[in-house]
Amino acid sequence: MDLADLLEIKEKELRTRKPIRLRCCLAAGCVSSNGQAVKESLDKAVQEAGLADEVEVRQVGCMRLCCEGPLVAVDPAGILYQKVAPEDAASIVAALKGGETQVKRGDLNHPFFTKQMSIVLENSGEIDPERIESYIAADGYQALNDALVEMKPKEVIDAILQSGLRGRGGAGYPTGLKWATVAKMQGSKKYVICNADEGDPGAFMDRSVLESDPHRLLEGMAIAAYAVGADQGFIYVRAEYPLAISRLHTAIKQAKQHGLLGSGVLEAAFTFNVEIRIGAGAFVCGEETALMASIEGERGTPRPRPPFPAERGLYAGPTLINNVETLANVPSIVRKGADWFAGIGTEKSKGTKVFALAGKITNTGLIEVPMGTSLRTIVEEMGAGAPDGNQVKAVQTGGPSGGCLPASQLDTPVDYESLQQLGSIMGSGGMIVMDQTTNMVDVARFFMEFCMDESCGKCTPCRAGTVQLHALLDRILRRQATARDLELLEELCDLVKHTSLCGLGQTAPNPVLSTLRFFRNEYLELLQPEIGAPAAFGTPPKPDVNPTG
Amino acid sequence: MTVPSVPSNHGHVSYAAFSLMETTVTARSEAPPRKPLEHPSGDKRFKILEVFIKRLQHRQDMLIEVLHKAQELFGFLDNDLLIYVAQQLRLPPSRVFGVATFYHYFTLKPKGAHTCVVCMGTACYVKGADRVLAAIEQHAGIKAGETTSDNQLSLLTARCIGACGIAPAVVYDGAVTARQSAEDALERVKGWTNGSR
Repeated sequence: MDLADLLEIKEKELRTRKPIRLRCCLAAGCVSSNGQAVKESLDKAVQEAGLADEVEVRQVGCMRLCCEGPLVAVDPAGILYQKVAPEDAASIVAALKGGETQVKRGDLNHPFFTKQMSIVLENSGEIDPERIESYIAADGYQALNDALVEMKPKEVIDAILQSGLRGRGGAGYPTGLKWATVAKMQGSKKYVICNADEGDPGAFMDRSVLESDPHRLLEGMAIAAYAVGADQGFIYVRAEYPLAISRLHTAIKQAKQHGLLGSGVLEAAFTFNVEIRIGAGAFVCGEETALMASIEGERGTPRPRPPFPAERGLYAGPTLINNVETLANVPSIVRKGADWFAGIGTEKSKGTKVFALAGKITNTGLIEVPMGTSLRTIVEEMGAGAPDGNQVKAVQTGGPSGGCLPASQLDTPVDYESLQQLGSIMGSGGMIVMDQTTNMVDVARFFMEFCMDESCGKCTPCRAGTVQLHALLDRILRRQATARDLELLEELCDLVKHTSLCGLGQTAPNPVLSTLRFFRNEYLELLQPEIGAPAAFGTPPKPDVNPTG
Repeated sequence: MTVPSVPSNHGHVSYAAFSLMETTVTARSEAPPRKPLEHPSGDKRFKILEVFIKRLQHRQDMLIEVLHKAQELFGFLDNDLLIYVAQQLRLPPSRVFGVATFYHYFTLKPKGAHTCVVCMGTACYVKGADRVLAAIEQHAGIKAGETTSDNQLSLLTARCIGACGIAPAVVYDGAVTARQSAEDALERVKGWTNGSR
């Protein structure tokens, strides 16, 4: 396999493409709304109408607007059918030839679609994720060829540095710097790990990338491996994503068969193998040192850094760990150039960011917008605000490590620094909208319960602190707390934040701190007047009191 | 604790003997070398697991993969199974136990005939997953994480199944179902269990 072969596959694929194409979304959201049956009945309807030579029914990845699934798009007519039922197949096929159909049509000129800018999701909803030819036809693996044939590893790293790409897992560390550190390390065996342990509740960006465009990730990993001098890669995926796992397996198998993974990739002197490791439901395994422990078959507990994984990581070798979205950006940067990428976004945050828009919002689904887009654009224009005439009250970003921003801060541009200043974080990209019916103290308790359950138990501030914080929030919600409890809550937040071992504990107080900052009133309303000394700490709450009041 | 040395044909030692290891270790080490044995229960699934482990070359760092496979085959990980895995990988049972209990995905108790997983991710939560869960809990007379006494229904919660676009989502016997209300959920679960007890 070399460039000529790639181009040949591409040409063949484009040549055999039929004039009319029906794209059926078969990512997890639409699959759970019966998308598979829709595709099958469309297949059948096309056969019955005798249009098999003209019409192609293709399974594709996520088409973004999950709330209206199952989605079917028609090319080249540019129609998006929503909430398609298997019974609608015949009328949709009839409509291709001038017939009528009652199926609901989506508005592709809605800001939800027009304000998006696709880099990571470029092929999502376009290509068949289970056919490598489909990816190659979309110029897939050409970036890997460019890198292997025309660039030295150092040049690849320079390109990534120059592009300004920062880690999309949440912390925003410059990707190029990480690569350069690993590349510099001496060591015969280096590793590249893709962190696909998307544990944040309310985030499904990585899942969509894995399900919609798995080859893009493999290509990104291969380029990263070439740049840092690794020959072994691991993808650590959550067990909760069975469809993503099966598509990754398919993709790896196909890439090996085509000589795009394994030894002598694209006939260059470069060897790279990828293995999948399946997580087992531990949020803390999203932390890089815990993730590596888990790959080694141990309990997923983090360890202090330094040494950083770049120096001493998996099996004690220098290890590069990047998030799915970060690696998915890489092929585009190599193919289109660092300057092109650096031209998108804000001064310090380059490129685009994928968000999973969910919660109390009209249009839920997946969006990819340039960095610096305001929350207002995302929530009010693209998401079309809260449904049923309700008011947007807060936007939660960053999952249990992030914070809640009030509606008054909606003009904040989405970039790493702006969100951090407001006490939230960019996070991996979950964006949950809340309306006035949502009780913010309850939300804070919800996240604290999450952190309490997910704390691995290794360090005391996190193990014990989250339990106590949860108990305090519970007391407040049960209207049993006093001003002194609130003081204690804030003090403890500070302690847990500054003394925990890993990111989980260090960020666990964030949802509490940010709701205290912007919605302090809701806490104060629940407090009881002080009577004597505060009650014994951690006493079990009375069962007869209504928790949400 | 460490595993006492096992005979060279470690892949075939009867798990029963092994599970009694602590009491019979002296007797066993004095016993003459024995022929490879089938698993005493005659359960074919052990054979499948053994082949799987062999294919992984008994690598100890593949413990989590092996546990996944074991759970896939048996539905849950009971003590004997964990000890069997420990012995196959030549790991201390404490280590296997530690890993199996650390990860939420592994379950050490048998599941009911039907499972119902309520997603409690943020998106589902703000859209009322807590009410769905409460309704099922009340109907079935169990708490999340428990199984009804007639072994018909296991009620579980998930941290996020990534189906936020169709929240609140509930997984009935493996099928993700979109936009569930408390009534929808009760409708589905009613056929599976006859109410409390």
